[in-house]
Amino acid sequence: MADARSPDLPVCNISLSINGERQKFTLHPWTTLLDLLRGPLELSGTKKGCDHGQCGACTVLVDGERINSCLKLAVSLDGAGIITIEGLGSPNGLHPMQEAFVEHDAYQCGYCTPGQICSAVALVKEGHARSRAEIRELMSGNLCRCGAYTNIADAIEEVMDTQRIRPVKEAAE
Amino acid sequence: MRPFSFNRAETVKEAIAALAQNPDAKLLAGGTNLIDLMKYEVTHPGMIIDINRLPLKEITDLPDGALRIGALASNSAVAYDERVKARFPLLSSAILAGASPQLRNAATTGGNLLQRTRCYYFYDTAAPCNKRAPGSGCSAIGGVNRIHAILGANPACIAVHPSDMCVALAALDTVVEVEGPQGAREIAFLDFHRLAGDEPQRDNTLQTGEIITGLRLPPNPFGQNHTYLKIRDRLSYAFALVSVAAAIEIDKGRIIDLRVALGGVAHKPWRDTLAEREFADRAIGESTFREIAERLLIGAKGQGQNDFKISLARNAIIRALRQAAAGTPQDQTVKAIQ
Repeated sequence: MADARSPDLPVCNISLSINGERQKFTLHPWTTLLDLLRGPLELSGTKKGCDHGQCGACTVLVDGERINSCLKLAVSLDGAGIITIEGLGSPNGLHPMQEAFVEHDAYQCGYCTPGQICSAVALVKEGHARSRAEIRELMSGNLCRCGAYTNIADAIEEVMDTQRIRPVKEAAE
Repeated sequence: MRPFSFNRAETVKEAIAALAQNPDAKLLAGGTNLIDLMKYEVTHPGMIIDINRLPLKEITDLPDGALRIGALASNSAVAYDERVKARFPLLSSAILAGASPQLRNAATTGGNLLQRTRCYYFYDTAAPCNKRAPGSGCSAIGGVNRIHAILGANPACIAVHPSDMCVALAALDTVVEVEGPQGAREIAFLDFHRLAGDEPQRDNTLQTGEIITGLRLPPNPFGQNHTYLKIRDRLSYAFALVSVAAAIEIDKGRIIDLRVALGGVAHKPWRDTLAEREFADRAIGESTFREIAERLLIGAKGQGQNDFKISLARNAIIRALRQAAAGTPQDQTVKAIQ
């Protein structure tokens, strides 16, 4: 049981499934999901960029939906299932989206990459994007200051192609 | 973030009671704005009442053709709901013009109505701000005010309401359903948000202990004659400088019912129903659209850096009316404005 308490301040008991493993936590109610993941859980794959919902680096999947973990109090998610980048794949068994990012060199510094990949996995599952323009619009919640956007869109298109969700390639980018 | 106590409400009644008994409490739904404001210590509630377990997520058809949207339905759930897409496409379009997929997944319908302004000085706890600290003054007047109001502002506050969704809701004559210690009541959407007046700290007309339970969207005759046109500094994931929700009921080339709501220009989603009615039975066309734009912007006043918003709003209204009349709503993916 992870414990991140300070004495004499309010605490709550919650349970979360983290990458498939049910765990119990005693934590202060102001602990964000992001800080729980990166602190006591030592799952530092999820990145803290702006910490204000403006960059998407902290994107994780909560009950299958992508959200900004920096703007979620962990206590408000009691009972939920969380998937982070660590839960998508492993060095010996990459998720297809991770493979595609490697294949297409869809990063430079890599700091935004875990958030980009979690977001992209959700985008494919949501099924609202077909064209490249739609991919770009629906990935707009993930900023990449290195500017790897073209390759990120390429990687996502490849995954969608492989899954026979054929996006329409556009001449002008 | 400052420490607070945490209270989880299981029923609407529990939430109302906790809110009424704790003046220092705030309701937590999606949290996409509240948690941000708490991190900046713009707000520091002594208690958080988590309402995410209240049974308010449903989107329901009503017998009169209206659609009821529960206050906890996420922005994504509403935008992609088949009934919303078919019968209230203006609402779907406005929601998808705002924020990001991650934020729309977390943000709720009720929370969208209650989001606070993005005025820089409201966020800067070192600066005077009548909305954050009543009586301290307005730093935006004479300050950096490029994003601020051109309509309905006063010397106390020139902040604007940041929502896209609310601009569409204003155009659609939405009804806000609330419940409080005195029971349930309904608020017409245009009466829900308020101008700053002499209480800029109050964004809306909710009374102490009241919570939004849902929205009711009455049926409308607009079909494809609508658009949500949003003008912003970058193509995606940015607040509106100016936005226009337009819908027109047209018969034989003439206006039957005109709705034009503006975002990014005032302390509330801006709509002038008296002005709209003056254009009943007028012929659809460029000269009418120009007249409508001029009429809606009578009294518009810049603050210096935002003077450009007056001509931007005028042009956006004309473009939006053109799109609505033609039945070619703005595409929120390909952002080129036709």
